[in-house]
Amino acid sequence: MKTGNRPLSPHLQVYKPQITSVLSILHRITGVGLAVGALVLVYWLNAAAYGPEVFERAQSLLSSWLGRLLLIGWTWALFYHLCNGIRHICWDSGIGLEIQHVKLTGWIVIIASLGFTLISWMAGYGLLGGN
Amino acid sequence: MALRSDLGRVRGLGSAKGGTSHWWAQRVTAVALIPLSIWFIFSIISLVGLDQNGFKAWLDMPGSFVLMTLFLIALFYHIQLGLQVVIEDYVHNEINKVSLLIFNKLLAVFCVVSSIAALMKIAFGG
Repeated sequence: MKTGNRPLSPHLQVYKPQITSVLSILHRITGVGLAVGALVLVYWLNAAAYGPEVFERAQSLLSSWLGRLLLIGWTWALFYHLCNGIRHICWDSGIGLEIQHVKLTGWIVIIASLGFTLISWMAGYGLLGGN
Repeated sequence: MALRSDLGRVRGLGSAKGGTSHWWAQRVTAVALIPLSIWFIFSIISLVGLDQNGFKAWLDMPGSFVLMTLFLIALFYHIQLGLQVVIEDYVHNEINKVSLLIFNKLLAVFCVVSSIAALMKIAFGG
């Protein structure tokens, strides 16, 4: 079918970002990002099985500045996807569907995911003794 | 009209001919991943800065091997289900879509098998 130069229906970019829509797409983006992170987990476990030197190299790659930056991103993505996933399961059970609750739990998810990320990395650096 | 109940008519059908099985599997793996991923985060933090011997000592602790295996199975099942939806939403060329869907399933199986095999090698190997 030829569609010609018909006007298109309004698409994403004409809408003002709202907490509902932004958190919704973030759930998908963090999900895809975590899938990539899971490939790194597969690499890391296989490195541990391969031998001490290979594991050493994997550890030093992951603790480089780029490795740490990615790991911080994956930590936040995991906490975000986890918290927002619980929010989704509540919705599936018919809980918290009123718009004021949706907005409130949205902000809780943002703050909780950032807070858990901070606590995790402080715990990690605490174990390392500041390295 | 056939004498069938509404449930009987809908069961196993829908446009994908899969009924609600994908939706349910995504929720069941999600529920399993809530405690498992919290355990995983604690474990990873405890492994910070350790060498291979430290990793092996962690894996030898009671529960580590079984929980890590359960985590990996639930994780890659959940990832496969999620990426499937993303592919179905954004890839409209039929050949590309089907190829990606097959690749997605095979990659998930490869990831779960290779990571559990790695765990077994560390736990039981010399």
